[in-house]
Formats: sequence, structure tokens, C-alpha cells
Amino acid sequence: MHELSICASIADIATRHAAGRPVSVINVRVGQLRQIVPDTLVYCWGLLSEETPLAGSRIIVETVPARIRCRSCERTADVGDLPVFACAGCGGIDVEIVAGEEFLITSLELADAETGAESETGAGS
Amino acid sequence: MGRFHRHEDGAEHAHDGDGGHSHGTPVGSRAGAPEHAPDGALDHSGYQTSGERVEVLEAIFGENDRTAAANRAEFAAAGVRAVNLMSSPGAGKTTLLRETLSRLAGQLRIGVIEGDIETSLDADRLAGFGAEIALINTGNGFGGECHLDAPMVAAALPRLPLPELDLVLIENVGNLVCPAEFDVGQDARAMVYAITEGEEKPLKYPVMFRSCELVVVNKMDLLPYLDFDLDGFLDNLRKVNPAAEIIFASARTGEGVDAWCDWLRARL
Repeated sequence: MHELSICASIADIATRHAAGRPVSVINVRVGQLRQIVPDTLVYCWGLLSEETPLAGSRIIVETVPARIRCRSCERTADVGDLPVFACAGCGGIDVEIVAGEEFLITSLELADAETGAESETGAGS
Repeated sequence: MGRFHRHEDGAEHAHDGDGGHSHGTPVGSRAGAPEHAPDGALDHSGYQTSGERVEVLEAIFGENDRTAAANRAEFAAAGVRAVNLMSSPGAGKTTLLRETLSRLAGQLRIGVIEGDIETSLDADRLAGFGAEIALINTGNGFGGECHLDAPMVAAALPRLPLPELDLVLIENVGNLVCPAEFDVGQDARAMVYAITEGEEKPLKYPVMFRSCELVVVNKMDLLPYLDFDLDGFLDNLRKVNPAAEIIFASARTGEGVDAWCDWLRARL
């Protein structure tokens, strides 16, 4: 899997938005159709962030279930655990995915600079 | 482990009042999955939260997608169409490409971007057919990547004489998971599926099967020797990707290869 390279992207984005301020939590939203394993992401973050100004921060993953909307009958429903992309109402196959493909950083929670660990403040570039 | 599952452990659930979407089933507490937090990876926050929140709302693949858009523009400016060809390892991508190059040589000017974790074995198999070949060894990266991403393809483009080409075939790394996630700037995605892989694969790798416009069902010459349920496979494929075009083929015997070449020509 590619969680390690994803963590590098997360580090870039979070470092830019943190602008040198210490970060305690990085909130990440992951759709069900993204093949991201939250445990692995959290684990890789611990490894990768160690050498960065974001060391000590953690990732919190919010998952979003996949939802499809039928263009024929307008019915919207969760896909569920079986990946069937057809309308359960009318059987139509002309469906669009309305949720489940998200993969973004939604927000950062900043740490209190006073209690922030060691010398990280101002280390952002 | 199936990829299409709700994420039960290790993930916490943030209700930050942003609304606009439904949340998943409540996920387990950290205490429910201690084995997933070796050396306290989940918990080694050295900071107290100050309560201040910075809105980000930035796509994690944003940089890849911007590079993919630049690749797409470069293909378009050169009048080239690019097809991203994906499959599991051993499904027959390289054999199909060999047959493709041998049929289309002299008709189309073709470039191949060959992704491989190590070795030039696949690129070597494609030499001698008049195509321009750019090899990307993804093993040079951070521990070896399991897919091609847009920056890797961008790095290969200067090694192809794009203005002289009609078609670029991008042979992705053999893998049914990661390549589906990364836009590399292609005009179309196709996959090679071999009937030796079993009929349940579309349900196990729905993101891959759904990402493709065309599925080449390969190794059809082996059908008499396998317990393969072809109708079951097609049923599974249609559940995941009802709109997919399907070509039955055997790169070994040549069955269906002309239909695949016609599909490629129709992209131009």
C-alpha cells in the first residue's frame, strides 16, 4: 500500500497550514471507496512524522460511507458492504457516486505552544 | 482482507460540526484495537490541544492531480492519446502489449511507459517492435512504489518523442489496488483481467474494476481447463461497473487482440 507516500503528502499540506505553529491533531476524511487503511495511515504517520516539525501530532480518521444516487428514480442509498453499484429500488445501473470518494485534510488542531514539546515551535518552513 | 470494508478500528470519529455528509458506523475506541498501535503510535501526542482549529479542506492527492492535469495537457498539446493499462501481476499486460505493438507497428506511432518495481525485463520484451519505450523503475523511490503516479509519468515524458507519436500506452505496476487511486494524466483506463484470477475479483477490488472503461478478459484459451465461472464473473463485473466494455481475448493465441487494437484506434 501507499500509506507512507500519502503521509508525505499529508506532512507537506499540514506543515504549510500550520505555518510553524505546533499541531496536536490532523483531521483526515476518508471515503469508503478510497483504499486507505486507517490503522496503517495512523501507524505510518507515527514513523514519518517523527523527523518533522509535526512530530507528536496524530491523525484522526473520519470515514464516510459510499452513497449512490440513481439517475433514473432519484433514489439515494448507501452502497453498504457489498460493492454493488446498481439502484436497489429500480435496478437501474445509471448511478452516480455522491459520497465515499473523499480524501482530504479537513482541519488541524493546534497544540498549546506553552506545553508543546521541545523546540518545535518556529521550526516550520 | 477485502479493501471494501468499513473501517472499524484504529480510526476515531471526528464530529466537527461541518455537516453536509453522513458519517459511517461509529468506529471502535482505541482501546478496542490496541494491537494496531505498536509503540503507542496512536497515542504519543506530546501536545495538549490548545483548542484552536485551522480549517484546511485540502485534497491529499492534490499535488498528484495537478501533475496529472499537466501530463494530460502535454499529451493533448502533442496530439497524443494516452491509455493507462492496469492489472494484477501476471495477467498478461506485457504479452498483450507485445501483440499490440506487432499488429500496430507501421500503422500507429506508439510510445510505451513501462512501470516496474525492479528490472527492465518487461521493457526488454517490448523492444524490437519500433515503439519508443521509457522505463520507470519505481523501486528507486521510498521503499518501492506499488503504482505509477503522475510525477513518475511526468518524469518519463521527456524520454518520449511525444510530437512524433499517436498513442502512449502506460503499463502500470501489476497491482489491483494502488494504481486505481492515482490519476497519471491518461485519456482512458483499461485493465487486463485473466480468468485464472477467479470470478470474485471485481467484488474484491471494486475500485480498480470500476475505474476502467474497458476490461480485457484474458487467457480465454484456458477456459476449458479451469473451474472458472465466466457468467459469475461477468455478473460480478456488472455489479461493480455496469458500463464497462468487455473484450474476450487470449494474448497467447491472438484471440481478441484485433478487437483490442480497434478499441485503441477508436481512442485516437
